[in-house]
Amino acid sequence: MKNQSHENKRSPRKRIVNFLVHVLLAVLALIWVMPIVWIVLTSFRAEPGAYTNTFLPKSYTLANYVKLLTDRNVLNFPRMFKNTLIIAICSCLISTSFVLSVSYSLSRMRFRMRKPYMNMAMILGLFPGFMTMIAQYFILKAMGLTEGSSIRFGLIIVYSACTGLGFQISKGFFDTIPKAVDEAAVIDGATRWQIFTKITMPLSKPIIIYTVMTSFIAPWVDFIFAKVLCRANADQFTVAIGLWNMLQKEYIYQWYTCFAAGAVLISVPIAILFLYLQRFYVEGMSGAVKG
Amino acid sequence: MNEDRISVKNALIKGDLLTKLSAVIMGAGIAGHRQIVKGAVILLLEIAFFGFMVQTGIHNLSMMSTLGTEAQGKVWNEAKQIYEYSAGDNSQQILLAGVITCFVIAGFIALWVLQLRHSYKLQKMIEKGEKVPSLGKDVKNLFDSNLHITLMTLPCVGILIFNIVPLVYMITMAFTTYSKEGEHLVLFDWDGLHQFMRVLNMNGNIGRQFWHVLAWTVVWAIFSTFLNYILGMMLATVINRKDTKWKGFWRFCFVLSIAVPQFVSLMIMNIMLQPSGAVNVLLQNLGLISKPIPFWTNAMVSRITIIVINLWVGIPYTMIQVTGILQNIPEDLYEAAKMDGAGPATIFFKITLPYMLFVTMPYLIASFVGNINNFNVIYLLSGGGPTYVGDTAGQTDLLVTWLYKLTIDQQYYNLGAVIGIMTFVILTVITLITYRNSSSYKNEEAFM
Repeated sequence: MKNQSHENKRSPRKRIVNFLVHVLLAVLALIWVMPIVWIVLTSFRAEPGAYTNTFLPKSYTLANYVKLLTDRNVLNFPRMFKNTLIIAICSCLISTSFVLSVSYSLSRMRFRMRKPYMNMAMILGLFPGFMTMIAQYFILKAMGLTEGSSIRFGLIIVYSACTGLGFQISKGFFDTIPKAVDEAAVIDGATRWQIFTKITMPLSKPIIIYTVMTSFIAPWVDFIFAKVLCRANADQFTVAIGLWNMLQKEYIYQWYTCFAAGAVLISVPIAILFLYLQRFYVEGMSGAVKG
Repeated sequence: MNEDRISVKNALIKGDLLTKLSAVIMGAGIAGHRQIVKGAVILLLEIAFFGFMVQTGIHNLSMMSTLGTEAQGKVWNEAKQIYEYSAGDNSQQILLAGVITCFVIAGFIALWVLQLRHSYKLQKMIEKGEKVPSLGKDVKNLFDSNLHITLMTLPCVGILIFNIVPLVYMITMAFTTYSKEGEHLVLFDWDGLHQFMRVLNMNGNIGRQFWHVLAWTVVWAIFSTFLNYILGMMLATVINRKDTKWKGFWRFCFVLSIAVPQFVSLMIMNIMLQPSGAVNVLLQNLGLISKPIPFWTNAMVSRITIIVINLWVGIPYTMIQVTGILQNIPEDLYEAAKMDGAGPATIFFKITLPYMLFVTMPYLIASFVGNINNFNVIYLLSGGGPTYVGDTAGQTDLLVTWLYKLTIDQQYYNLGAVIGIMTFVILTVITLITYRNSSSYKNEEAFM
């Protein structure tokens, strides 16, 4: 075995193949990274406007970031940031508790409605999300949650109310915790609640972090629900709508480079969170797929 | 065995007087069988239900048949010299109230069944001389053997109110005339299957667009799902190769692109591919093209562009998802194939791909469904365009983005609802067929 691979390394054909593979990977990596590099460069570009006749900026400046963070008249980015932060924190708390409760119950408890619940979740997942979105808007309107500052509550509800349907990944994780742990605790006289809070939760740090982060990120990257709910209420805009607006005809010339700056500011923390979470994501996925 | 079952039928036939009484006065049986607090709560719920029905429920239901008939009136008042407006009916609110009332009634029926069964169960416990659990014990059980009730009640209420009720409400809209067409935005009426006919009729304007959009949706979903899957897996295999160096670095480059929020990267792509955007500028500066490429104005070009950009978005996802599974493929399968003289291509298509298809079938189905409902990519890249004059659907619109345009932009709510239902039907059929024919369903042990 060892001998064979040694031989392979020396054969010229193998070396050419190896070289070509690395060239291919380098080209592909360049294609994948280029748009990101381009937007970072654009965010430091001194010339205004969306379109320039050179690919790389001619001169660099920090003014775009300064304008984005200080201009409160036209598109108030700091306020959008505050709105999104409040919504993200609240909906993150609610969704995390919903997801963990549901997936723990489905993984560890056996009750009559368990299978029907899982089937229902699958069927509901086949409906396009927008069908419910429009009707959700009418229901929130009937509850009086579509005007002024109550839009915020509407958005929190929209982001967190149905998260009980997204249990698959964390259920897959709970399934991998040996049942013997629970049984030992039952013999020691622990109740189910004690097992859940004192034994399963401390063992499930990765999936808790994963759930917290993904539900925290959701309001930052969704713009369509926010757009439908906020309509023209500019003081309730979230970051995503703000960035989207910067690319509309009336703002794009003045705001394009600021859009790039905003995109970088939002992407950097999310990218760091994502790269950190990736490991849990892969674990959850392969766990869930393996059943 | 069957005769002892705790069912509504048995409760009504074999129950004692108290159990039978609770068919009318709910909770009577439970209270009579020593669970007084629980019985009282149920009785209160019954009273509340009938109060609700008398107050608004019956009215709501009766309005459902016409969905309101009275338009907003404008009467000239001679004495005050002003127009007086009378409040007209609002069909959309009437429909919503009706749907909610139906859900309340369904909940009441469920409660009726549950309390009857529970009463019968308690009765049998007493007959057998068992101890009836006290209120304290019941509460304790909510944190032990009945923990799932405690944990799942709130999430279920959330799903009911903000997913199921809206869904049913939207489905009922498909059978009405709720639309901007013909000024039916305030007052509308039941319309039967008329809108379904319109959508399915290939000769009409809407029907023609529907079949067009459907065809593109299916083509798009097939291309994007399978290209992403195969190419992503090839990429993962190439990176996983024994002789590839700097594995972590390559993975990092690709993962970086999904770490950036999708709507940001898609909007950037849209701007980069405009006629005077960065890509055209770059190509022109290099002298490769003389005229800008019409990425978003030519139907065929923009379709191809969208599929290619979706590869940019999707390949890294597939890569990180399959990497772990690829490493699980038993090494001896590869060894045996190499012994028999198989090349890398043969190994990929004869061993890697079948194995992966087997393990990741559920993921593949999920991503197919996700692609049919892939709103972001289309809406942010091409916005569904280019759109021909007189059409509501653009050349790259999927069913979902068309649904969005029909409802939010055009306010054709009934047509939008029909499109949503059609999407659901198509997805259900495709999911069932692929799942039934997949090897992981037919032969669960194949690779174990």
